[in-house]
Amino acid sequence: MLGFLARRVLIAIPTIILISIFVFSLQKLLPGDPVLVMAGEERDPEVIAALREKYRLNDPLPVQYVAWAGNALQGDLGVSLRTNQPVLQLIGEKLPVTFQLAIMALIIAMVIGIPAGVLSAYKKGTWVDWLANLIALSGLSVPNFWLGIMLILLVSVKLGWLPASGYQPLSEDPLQSIRTMLMPAFVLGTAIAATLMRHTRSAMLSVLQSDYVRTARAKGLRERTVLVKHALRNALVPVVTVTTLLFGELLAGAVLTEQIFTIPGFGKLVVDAVFNRDYAVVQGIVLCTGIAFIFMNILADAAYRVLNPRMRDA
Amino acid sequence: MRIGRTLTAAAFLALGTSLAQAQDFKIGLQEDPDVLDPDQSRTFVGRIVYASLCDKLVDITPDLEIVPALATGWEWNADGTELTMTLREDVVFHDGTPFNAEAVAANIDRSKNLETSRRKSEVRSIESWEVVDEFTIKMTLSAPDATLIAQFADRSGMMLSPTAFEAAGDDFGLAPVCAGPFKFVERIQQDRIVLEKFAEYYRADEISFDTVTFLPIPDTTVRLANLRAGDLDMLERLAATDVASVEGDDGLLLERATSLGYQGMTINVGNGDRADNPLGQSNLVRKALSLSIDRAALNQVVFEGAFAPGNQPFSPASPWYNADFPVPERDVETAKGLLAEAGFADGVSIEVQVANNPVQTQVMQVVQAMASEAGITIELAAKEFATLLADQSAGDYTASQVGWSGRVDPDGNIHQFMTTGGGINDSKYSNPEMDKLLNEARLSTDPAVRKQSYDAAVALQQEDMPVIYLYHQVWIWALDDSVSGFQAYPDGMIRLHGVSKG
Repeated sequence: MLGFLARRVLIAIPTIILISIFVFSLQKLLPGDPVLVMAGEERDPEVIAALREKYRLNDPLPVQYVAWAGNALQGDLGVSLRTNQPVLQLIGEKLPVTFQLAIMALIIAMVIGIPAGVLSAYKKGTWVDWLANLIALSGLSVPNFWLGIMLILLVSVKLGWLPASGYQPLSEDPLQSIRTMLMPAFVLGTAIAATLMRHTRSAMLSVLQSDYVRTARAKGLRERTVLVKHALRNALVPVVTVTTLLFGELLAGAVLTEQIFTIPGFGKLVVDAVFNRDYAVVQGIVLCTGIAFIFMNILADAAYRVLNPRMRDA
Repeated sequence: MRIGRTLTAAAFLALGTSLAQAQDFKIGLQEDPDVLDPDQSRTFVGRIVYASLCDKLVDITPDLEIVPALATGWEWNADGTELTMTLREDVVFHDGTPFNAEAVAANIDRSKNLETSRRKSEVRSIESWEVVDEFTIKMTLSAPDATLIAQFADRSGMMLSPTAFEAAGDDFGLAPVCAGPFKFVERIQQDRIVLEKFAEYYRADEISFDTVTFLPIPDTTVRLANLRAGDLDMLERLAATDVASVEGDDGLLLERATSLGYQGMTINVGNGDRADNPLGQSNLVRKALSLSIDRAALNQVVFEGAFAPGNQPFSPASPWYNADFPVPERDVETAKGLLAEAGFADGVSIEVQVANNPVQTQVMQVVQAMASEAGITIELAAKEFATLLADQSAGDYTASQVGWSGRVDPDGNIHQFMTTGGGINDSKYSNPEMDKLLNEARLSTDPAVRKQSYDAAVALQQEDMPVIYLYHQVWIWALDDSVSGFQAYPDGMIRLHGVSKG
């Protein structure tokens, strides 16, 4: 196992280097000059030149890359060109925020999506099925930003139940933190709930026709027991796989949701950094995301080997 | 035991009361400010935060008069090359460092010489400075510069604690230390900036909040929703299209002031090959385009009449406006005549680049429709702002819809755009007569003399028209109706002196 992990980590290193080179060159292809953005309304040639010098933007690209990569190896991802804050610190501040949003959205999606899927499969062809499908389809079709603003107008402005936007750290005030995050998590969750509902429904449909369900019914078990203990348990296997895949989608969806609800998370950080040509921040984020992704894959592979002994020699 | 419990209960009660009395004031901003270092920052919202954090040598009145602040007075020598300022003697910075002439000297040095300073051009005319006594400083200028005093009413005049910036260097903005009514507590990027009342502030009796929190909420609808829900006490830059709804809301107040800046179309008249087109080469075509636009209708359609139509770098509300050239009525026939005179009787076709946000795009669509009736076909090139700026600076454009946030001194709104080699002269317009007028206007400290120069410069601008001015933004603040004492200033800042709640 250790040998396997070591091999995988070694293979990951060139991948990470490739990612970093790719990101580095890609954003230099972006139109727009970071120094002009940084200088703002002060367009004095002397200031522009000083800024270019300071951030080494005059050096040839390979030189810039080596300088940046050298620092990155020592754990220094540079500072934001916009606020002077260290990039690593920014990432550390933003990641838990988006993580909380994603987890809450996922819970909401599961609470809505799985029972709806079970019900619509069980009551296939009836009005319940139609209704569940209609709701799922609306969840998929309604744009996030529209639903978000409508919810703010209704829940915050008209009813005054929840804060309209912003963020409260979980550690400072857990209740308020969950209250502020509830609406954005709902907006993000409903879109995912629809996908989850469709997958649960199709998995349930096939399971409900299988022999062991017929046997269970023939034994005279209560319908509830058949449905939950026998059918759902088995139907959940593909659903769990889909759910893990959806987590990536959640992180992507968080970008838009964070914009609407002004949540200071990872997504908002990326978007603002791109618009401000804050190269150091964009590079740092993409590098960290890339590394995290690679290691999640390694962990998943390792987990399969633990769970399924047959894969160990493969 | 019982006594202990009672004491604990009493302590909690006391804590409860003090918490209830601690008053926080929440302000919704349109963007997240950049670095909180007045020498390095560049954003408008950053300046709004400074209005509570960093006091300046001088300030302005709502009528743009310059009044004492940290400086109690100033005097020019006869030829306008020496400026002597006297300072308040009762000021300390938030870290306890005393404010005096030495501190002012260190601040001027930093604005001029910090590698990443964005203030260099604003204080360029200061050649040397001398600490006359503890509370008097004398600056010697390389040439007379009437604009300098107005620079001290903005970021160049903000005084930072020398102890703090010597220790922090470039990183001063992570924990700024100034001499304003509030001191810095914390900042969570894109989320909030929190300041707390500075007890030793020299005008502390005018400040009634214990803390002030700035919350960047870019979406105008969401920002207003937060105010309505009671999560904000006020917000800046209400969308013009929301004015009617706020006016109809009993729980909200509205304040406004015409800004010092403008929005218009910068024309490439000499910036590279792309200036080689009818619009860039002929001032008649530019005048025709200007005349084809109904500025009042533009304001009505896009901004529901909330902004101010304009045709000069100064708004009609400004004392520097040249009344001989009022905002023109739309005149399609004259516009067609000018086109014919320029040799384009069949019309011209031009490209205008515009920032890809809904409001500016709508502005240009209205202009596009109006111009087409005069025979000017406009093709719009929507670009993301950083790209637009880079293209404009590099001369890769024909015309560009951009604006300027505005400066207190008229010089800041025209000199660098219209003079040969000016820092933001992206038109690359060059006219020796214009250079002469605008340079002369810097020399005199007498407003009447300067007004003559600016009047002549505006007259020349109306003829050559390297920039076609369209309108002036109006700063619109929406406040909870429990807030009183807020005063609207044309610089768009939020000054909390005298503001109270409840």
